[in-house]
Amino acid sequence: MKPAGYRRRERVPISKEKLAKHDKGEGIDLKAKSTRIKNKVIRQKLKKKEVVYNDTVKDTARTELLLTEDYGCLEADCGEVTVQYKQKQIVDNVDITAAAKRFTLNLEFGPYYIKYTRNGRHLVLGGRKGHVAALDWVTKKLACEINVMESIHDVSWLHIETMFAVAQKDWVFIYDNQGIELHCLKAMYKVSRLEFLPYHFLLASGSKEGYLAWLDVSIGKFVNSFNSKVGKIAVMTQNPTNAVLCVGDTKGVVSMWSPNSKNPLAKMLCHTQTVAACAVHPYGTYMATSCPDRSVKIWDIRQLAGPMHSYYVRAPVEHLSYSQTGQLAMAMGNVVEVYRLSTDEMKPYMRHRADWTVTSMQFCPYEDILGIGTTKGVSSLLIPGSGEPNFDGLESNPFQTKSQRREAEVKALLDKIQPELICLDPVAIAEVDTSTFENKIEAKKNLLYLKPKNIDFKPRRTKAKGKGGTAKVIKTKKILKELSRKETIDMLRQTDSRSDTRKTKPQKDYGILNRFLPKSNKKSN
Amino acid sequence: MKVKVLTRNPDEYLRETKRDIHKVPRNYDPALHPFEAAREYTRALNSVKLERMFAKPFVGCLEGHKDGVSCLCKHPSQLSTVLSGAFDGEIRVWNLAYRTCTSNFLAHDGIIRGIVFSQSGENFMSVGDDKTIKTWKLGNSSLGQEEPINTVISKTIITGISHHQIRPIFATCGEVCHLWEETRNEPIRTFKWGVDSLYDIKYNPVQSNLFAACASDRSIILYDARETGPLQKVFMRLRTNKLSWNPMEAVTFTCANEDYNLYTYDIRTLRTPVNVHMDHVEAVIDVDYSPTGKEFVSGSYDKSIRIFEVNKGHSREVYHTRRMQRLTCMGWSLDNKYIISGSDEMNIRLWKARASEKLGVLRPREKAALNYSEALKEKFAAHPQIKRISRHRQVPKHIYNAKAEIRTIREKVNRKEANKRAHSKKGAVPFVSERKRHVVQQKV
Repeated sequence: MKPAGYRRRERVPISKEKLAKHDKGEGIDLKAKSTRIKNKVIRQKLKKKEVVYNDTVKDTARTELLLTEDYGCLEADCGEVTVQYKQKQIVDNVDITAAAKRFTLNLEFGPYYIKYTRNGRHLVLGGRKGHVAALDWVTKKLACEINVMESIHDVSWLHIETMFAVAQKDWVFIYDNQGIELHCLKAMYKVSRLEFLPYHFLLASGSKEGYLAWLDVSIGKFVNSFNSKVGKIAVMTQNPTNAVLCVGDTKGVVSMWSPNSKNPLAKMLCHTQTVAACAVHPYGTYMATSCPDRSVKIWDIRQLAGPMHSYYVRAPVEHLSYSQTGQLAMAMGNVVEVYRLSTDEMKPYMRHRADWTVTSMQFCPYEDILGIGTTKGVSSLLIPGSGEPNFDGLESNPFQTKSQRREAEVKALLDKIQPELICLDPVAIAEVDTSTFENKIEAKKNLLYLKPKNIDFKPRRTKAKGKGGTAKVIKTKKILKELSRKETIDMLRQTDSRSDTRKTKPQKDYGILNRFLPKSNKKSN
Repeated sequence: MKVKVLTRNPDEYLRETKRDIHKVPRNYDPALHPFEAAREYTRALNSVKLERMFAKPFVGCLEGHKDGVSCLCKHPSQLSTVLSGAFDGEIRVWNLAYRTCTSNFLAHDGIIRGIVFSQSGENFMSVGDDKTIKTWKLGNSSLGQEEPINTVISKTIITGISHHQIRPIFATCGEVCHLWEETRNEPIRTFKWGVDSLYDIKYNPVQSNLFAACASDRSIILYDARETGPLQKVFMRLRTNKLSWNPMEAVTFTCANEDYNLYTYDIRTLRTPVNVHMDHVEAVIDVDYSPTGKEFVSGSYDKSIRIFEVNKGHSREVYHTRRMQRLTCMGWSLDNKYIISGSDEMNIRLWKARASEKLGVLRPREKAALNYSEALKEKFAAHPQIKRISRHRQVPKHIYNAKAEIRTIREKVNRKEANKRAHSKKGAVPFVSERKRHVVQQKV
């Protein structure tokens, strides 16, 4: 009996978009008619699991209610467009803490390269003429400032804000946040581009001579380094969803590299001239490339297809950067333009004219900020709506304390993904490896249908009655054939039958799943 | 112009005092959590490695007996009390929590064959080779010679005893099967089928009128106290040493066989066992179910203890130590956490039922983390690397070698059968499943 006034508590409805965002795929077909799983018990178990998965999706989608912050925005008045607003106007219209985030540093050792940490709190800048500085750009607290007395070509943070790598004239150096030199990586020679893959703890570099190298910074070992044979690597970015390096070359090809193979995983002919800049959407869906012929193209890099969009802008784009919300910043000379997607088309959103030529550019994670390095300094621009407002405290936390950082470092090291798992499809490890299994079965089957060797058999002549005769000869031949067949099968089994197939057939590549091949096969790679 | 730029108030993200906990806002947007599959795989791999690393199942050893331990008996309601009987006729009462012997006394002349608690847990009965059934009071720990409350002298040899779950009735086995009432000195019922003697008898804990016994003519006999005679009998190739009823499923029991295997039977279809559990390399001596009815533990003459899942053919765990000799009796504690084993070399050992489980109180976060890693291990269980690590066990050399030998023997048998089949008329050599192979006949 339900008490009076009882009302069933309805849970908050979830919108379809939110459900789609958290969706984990359509699941297994368990309908009685069409399913391929014949065992009832297994089907029942899977059914229960599917229910759990669906509930998880719903629950995670429902937690979006609890998010506290909202996206930034910029709306134009009637008869105006957002592009016409200057940084000055925006600064005047926002509160003082946000206004303080717009700043310009006039420095002399330019051109400058900048990088933000993963939580968007710290900034490292390196000037071509040897100036390196690391700072907490929100509080403007300087961590260190040194001059390395060598030319600098790129900078990159390592997994935490206490260490950063600097690509200098010959070698790559690692400094800590007090400016003390920790390591000198002589194996990374004449590096022009640095990228850090945070989940794999890999410092990747591309050199002027076309060498690609991956250094595991947690154990200090080089995972792989080889000549990519694409010439000077001037354009290199990582795909944040699968940790593959996208390298643009002078022929207009963007090639994708993992440390596991000396050939690119994929190649895309994007332009007919040099690729001037390349950026990958944080969701790993799109890649933007630009070319000196003033074109900018957007590609679908999950399908390796496109271009989805192709534009001609007024000047050749030299730098590209994607923000967390998918806004695309393009730097052409001293002008920075930010585009955003509206109804299936990239529309200009904001424009800024810097005092000097822009030499590097990055959106700050979890902030509405675009940092630019120019030939004569560094400045940060307010781009409303570019940053993700709600961060995940366990993933990257801008308000991290020292103890939290230490704890997070240990946790991250425990979850370090092995470099073998870098491949184009980030979920390959969770899928059923049918190809290897099929091959195994095939090999077993082939063993059965081994053709017996032809036996040259000449019977002895016997004159005794009943000993000779054709029937007897055929019978003996049959037995001998069977014996020799068994012998060869045994021999094949003992000498590892798969190594034989390797010689005749070219090695099939299973990508990420190569690590599960027997060791004898692996050596051939 | 309407403009809003992200500004976060640090007060909302930082803790107020040092005593406060850190604020950790969460956002489950999949875009902020890349490499989900690879990270989960790594975590699963780590947790399966940690599981093997922390697998230290041996808890402690209870020493004191002056001869091999012949039987163990768990208290029905006290987790810490365990009784053990030895081959020299001594009974010891143990406190497991302190790992001490609370009392010991010479109970029988000759081997103690079985000890059971009465349903209340205040008294216990013991049977020995001297044809007597003695009833003792628990907690009567006056030092020196103890006197039984009651002594019954039986006409026949008694080799086993089992108590009814609720009523004050117990059954003994020996030359024949007797049913006794606690207050009477004469058996109330006698069951007899054939002339062979019985080794072990067990009351069904759920359907409490049923009980089963294993006989020396390689058979397992099923009795019902409501009927006049035994119900049915199933013969196996080799002798059954002990059996144990599943405490959660009234119809199934598992028996430890001389042919290195254990067999799980459903009493509705005694003709074929539901499952054959292989892995021991010598005769299985004793078996006991976990209170959940999902797993059971078996002790073998090959000096190892194995834990099987009820519906799996092979063991999930093997325990051994260098000093442990032939196992004689096994027990699974009623809180589903520990395993007690008695062996030939006079020691009783206490093991964890899950080798890598952390003992003691778990904090909620610890528990959540363990549950999470458990789920991950299950999710990635089929991956070769994870499967290999979780399956890997170090076994003593004699078991390792014996296993290889058994494998060759099995291959030989299979090969021979296949050859026979290939050279005889179609259907003359039928395929016999492993389950059916070991059962000779069923009698009703």
